[in-house]
Amino acid sequence: MPIQYYIALAVTLFSIGVVGVLIRRNAIIVFMCIELMLNAANLLLVAFSKTHPATSVAPLAGIDGQLFVFFVMVVAAAEVSVGLAIIVMLYRNTHSVDVDFLNRLKN
Amino acid sequence: MNAIILSAIFGIVMMLSSAFVKNTKAYKSIALVGLILLLLANICETYSHAWLNIPTFDMLEFSRFGLYFNTLAIACTILFSAFSQREIERVGRYIGEYFALIFFVLCGIFILSSYNNLLMLFIGIEIMSIPLYILTGARKENLKSNEASLKYFLMGSFSTGILLMGIALVYGGTGDFALVHHGQDISTSIAGAMNKRMSFLDVAGMILILTGMCFKVSAAPFHFWAPDIYDGSPSVFTSFMATIVKAGAFIAFIRLFAIREEETTILENAIIGVDWKMLFSIIIVATLLFGNITAIFQQSVKRMLAYSSIAQAGFMLFSLLSLNDTAKEGLLLYVVAYSVATIGLFGILAKMKDYTLAGYNGMAKSHPTLAFANAIFLLSLSGIPLTIGFFAKYYMLMAVIQTGGYMWVAIVGVIFAVISVFYYFRVIWSMYFKEGTVELKYPVTKGFKILAVVMALIIILLGAFPQVILNFLYF
Repeated sequence: MPIQYYIALAVTLFSIGVVGVLIRRNAIIVFMCIELMLNAANLLLVAFSKTHPATSVAPLAGIDGQLFVFFVMVVAAAEVSVGLAIIVMLYRNTHSVDVDFLNRLKN
Repeated sequence: MNAIILSAIFGIVMMLSSAFVKNTKAYKSIALVGLILLLLANICETYSHAWLNIPTFDMLEFSRFGLYFNTLAIACTILFSAFSQREIERVGRYIGEYFALIFFVLCGIFILSSYNNLLMLFIGIEIMSIPLYILTGARKENLKSNEASLKYFLMGSFSTGILLMGIALVYGGTGDFALVHHGQDISTSIAGAMNKRMSFLDVAGMILILTGMCFKVSAAPFHFWAPDIYDGSPSVFTSFMATIVKAGAFIAFIRLFAIREEETTILENAIIGVDWKMLFSIIIVATLLFGNITAIFQQSVKRMLAYSSIAQAGFMLFSLLSLNDTAKEGLLLYVVAYSVATIGLFGILAKMKDYTLAGYNGMAKSHPTLAFANAIFLLSLSGIPLTIGFFAKYYMLMAVIQTGGYMWVAIVGVIFAVISVFYYFRVIWSMYFKEGTVELKYPVTKGFKILAVVMALIIILLGAFPQVILNFLYF
């Protein structure tokens, strides 16, 4: 399949993520949309790793894209653990995970 | 490499000591010893005594500039933890962990000052940011702190997502993540002559990376998160976030575009139709405009400092526009000038009960030493001659003028520097010329006062002899 299809799919997913972050007000859903953005980038990385096959000059050309995905997954897991901890901490204090609820700082 | 490994080890040491050391007074001493060892290790490496020789496959490259930046960052952190140790202890119960997180943030900064691969850029940014989300929310029962933490987390991971998408697109355009290709002729590689640095994917990716990095350094138009988060998080960690961490993000930013400029020519960029320098100028002017104009209208000094940190970021961005040797020297000077002054201001602010401008009224009468130190810090931030802040701004403007063709940006910078004098001097005015009593939330010890005066003296001495800092870059 041509690479353009993959780019289109990844960009679509990424845009859904961005729009979700901007318009949704539930912290958990915003969080899921951020994960969607990261995974769109992962998809793109894997797709591109196939278009840059390894050669004798650049032996790592295809592999490093896929390696990157593993690192992104690790980092995303670390972010999830911290992020969910923050959301739980907030829920304990306010009994809500609404992002709009938090506008105390803007006075 | 010394610094990266040691900082990770000391982070773990701090975590273990918080589990096994019962004496809460001991943590800050352990952390200070760790920081000093870190400083020594980094200086050793600067003079070519790397203790470990780990092959990094060109993913990290330890240049003199990056190592010297590490030294300055560690020195500023030592100053920060010596000056604000009491405040760190007052934030909450988990003192050892706070220091551990600070070490992990430093580890991320060291990676950012020496990366040579977009993978390392991504990992460095994340190692730097994730501990900060926790530090921002360190005051768990305080709603403002919670809110700042959640906002910082959502904004930070959003910008990470944008950065990551940019990296993926750059990978699509060029075929690898490396910034510089050592020992390999690019033109013969598969990704070489055909589409190297010429595809639209690459440019789109670079623009997304630029957006992500602008988020991290709080440059306009992506600055809106900064004031809320700096205001909401505990004052000690605000001062850490606004100084050392921001400088670390700047080093990554500069490094990326400096290397990229060496690899591509203006002609290639012109074919694509993106004028990077014009893009940078627009970002600089917007950042200076938003930061300075909004800072004028703030009544809370903490919030004013948050906006002023955006304005100062605008000045640091000058080095991104010029990208020459003067800009690099200027950036180092700026890091020192801005960090020392801001750490001092926040350290004294954290002791006060009232963060508003009225809270500073009559400080010169009741606390003359602190008022003197505050005045010097504010003078340095506004760039008055005989303080290091003047030379930092001077080098930045000089670098832009040397680039040629961007005189108007330098002129705009000078105008905004003059505007910034207004809101910095308002604090000095209320300290010296208004009647009132300053109420301190926490008692001020003699050591604290001495350290404040020492920091003020550092600023004045370096303002007289800025070459002291720059000499170490070359010798």
